[in-house]
Amino acid sequence: MTAGSLALTCLQTAPRLGDVGASAADLADAIAEARRAGADLVVTPELSCSGYFLRDLVPEVAVAEDGPELLGLARAAGDQWALVGAVVESPDHLFHNAAVLVGRGRARVVHRKVYLPTYGLFDERRYLAAGDRFEVVDLAGRDGETWRLGLCICEDLWHPSAPWLLSLQRMDLLVCPAASPGRGMEPGDGGLGSAASVQAMTRTYAELLTCFLVYCNRVGVEDGVSFWGGSRVLGPDGALLAGPLADDRGQLTAALERGHLRRARIAYPLLRDERPGVVRATLRRLRGGAGPPG
Amino acid sequence: MSGAAAAGGPDPLAIDPGRVERILCRFLVEEMTKVGFDRAVVGLSGGVDSALAAWLSARALGPERVLAVRMPYRASDPRSLADADLVVAATGVAARTIDISPQIDSYFDQVPTDDRRRRGNKMARERMAVLYDLSLVEGALVVGTSNKTELLLGYGTVFGDMAHALNPLGDLYKTQLYQLARHAGLPEPILAKAPSADLWSGQSDEEDLGFTYAVADRLLYQLVDERRTHEECVDLGFPPELVALVRERVRRNQFKRRLPIIAKLSRRTIDRDFRYPRDWGR
Repeated sequence: MTAGSLALTCLQTAPRLGDVGASAADLADAIAEARRAGADLVVTPELSCSGYFLRDLVPEVAVAEDGPELLGLARAAGDQWALVGAVVESPDHLFHNAAVLVGRGRARVVHRKVYLPTYGLFDERRYLAAGDRFEVVDLAGRDGETWRLGLCICEDLWHPSAPWLLSLQRMDLLVCPAASPGRGMEPGDGGLGSAASVQAMTRTYAELLTCFLVYCNRVGVEDGVSFWGGSRVLGPDGALLAGPLADDRGQLTAALERGHLRRARIAYPLLRDERPGVVRATLRRLRGGAGPPG
Repeated sequence: MSGAAAAGGPDPLAIDPGRVERILCRFLVEEMTKVGFDRAVVGLSGGVDSALAAWLSARALGPERVLAVRMPYRASDPRSLADADLVVAATGVAARTIDISPQIDSYFDQVPTDDRRRRGNKMARERMAVLYDLSLVEGALVVGTSNKTELLLGYGTVFGDMAHALNPLGDLYKTQLYQLARHAGLPEPILAKAPSADLWSGQSDEEDLGFTYAVADRLLYQLVDERRTHEECVDLGFPPELVALVRERVRRNQFKRRLPIIAKLSRRTIDRDFRYPRDWGR
């Protein structure tokens, strides 16, 4: 019952803005190296194939789900798995900020970012199409055991319903690829303003949803904006398993033990006690009244 | 007024200087190397802004890759040159002095004027021209020294001191910049003297502006960073005339913070619908 573990590697990279060839080549090397070192699953940041502040470069860096760039990364992953970030163009020419699972000769979009921020320094909705669902994806580990992954790309994590909906689908591991710019330089233990928020959120989600969580942020500078890194892996009790990294390129490894998940859910059976029916009934009432749109 | 400044809670303008230094050094290294440069040219006035720009450049790139250029005019305060020497000694950067008096005097011999603003702007633009010429000789980029307070208030010469390739200081208010300068251990005379654009002898920024940086920074922080309205700033204790004056300066000088506007004709106009990042393909 408690057998099974997943060897996770989290790569904190600095993609080259608008250069998919070079960024994907860097990723392929790093993924292959992690695989040789024993990783079952390699996680990379949001838009790790293209860089973040793309603006009008979006259609130029877009790749097809079955295109050569992603299939090249699938070859690098060999018989293991990697999650990479790319602008993926749909057959009807919509451009999504997507998480793509590559490995075993295939590439498959497993999440399209739902919440595209347009406030502050963000401009995503102007250039990108939004996803419309949160669905867990089954991952076959090397010992034949299935791990259920939920994806929240950066801003998705700031909407608590997103990880909650994934949790209802029996998520084991919440993966958050991010391209989080550093902002807020006031002194204090929390570090940058954005870093303090992420620290609080990741701990809260891991503990309340009793799941593993990997937060994989990028580093580097684009058009004067610095990405702060801080990648980390947390256990289902909210404790840090690895990281946080500083703001340099780097990587984390962690062995996720299914027994850890089991113990956490015995000690805190929050998942068992969740009552989605109450939420469903409330949403139904709100739709009839002056509830929020959408 | 003092109520606004003395309101309880932590100082919203306090910075963690170590973290800011780290971000700015990385900014300088990455944004230079990705466009193929690793050397900096900085105009050194003897003031705190340019001293800090030189210090950061030296920390980021190594002092041997930084050229500080002193460009006095004959009427400049001689103490400015001496203070610039202190910065050169403290940071270990290379230094050159170019006296801009001949070209300034030659120009104003042809178009005589006592207008101090015209003369000051001409000097600022002459210094820019010298820095850009030397940047070609050095294979370096010009590092800017404009801080957030000056940029917001428009207290700078367009195509003069506001012209540069990249600016590490433009998101720091003047009072925050002093925190970083103290952390940097810049020479005491530079930290102690009154801020001056040194456009003429004895000039003081704060006299020029009609308010102190300490007050302006607190007000700008509320207006810009906290997005408070005129009324909310007045409720915080700032005098209504000051709030109106500062807001108007920020509005009126927006043009200085943008590239020159282009008349839109085509379906795709540079900077409007043609919006590539500066770091395109880097």
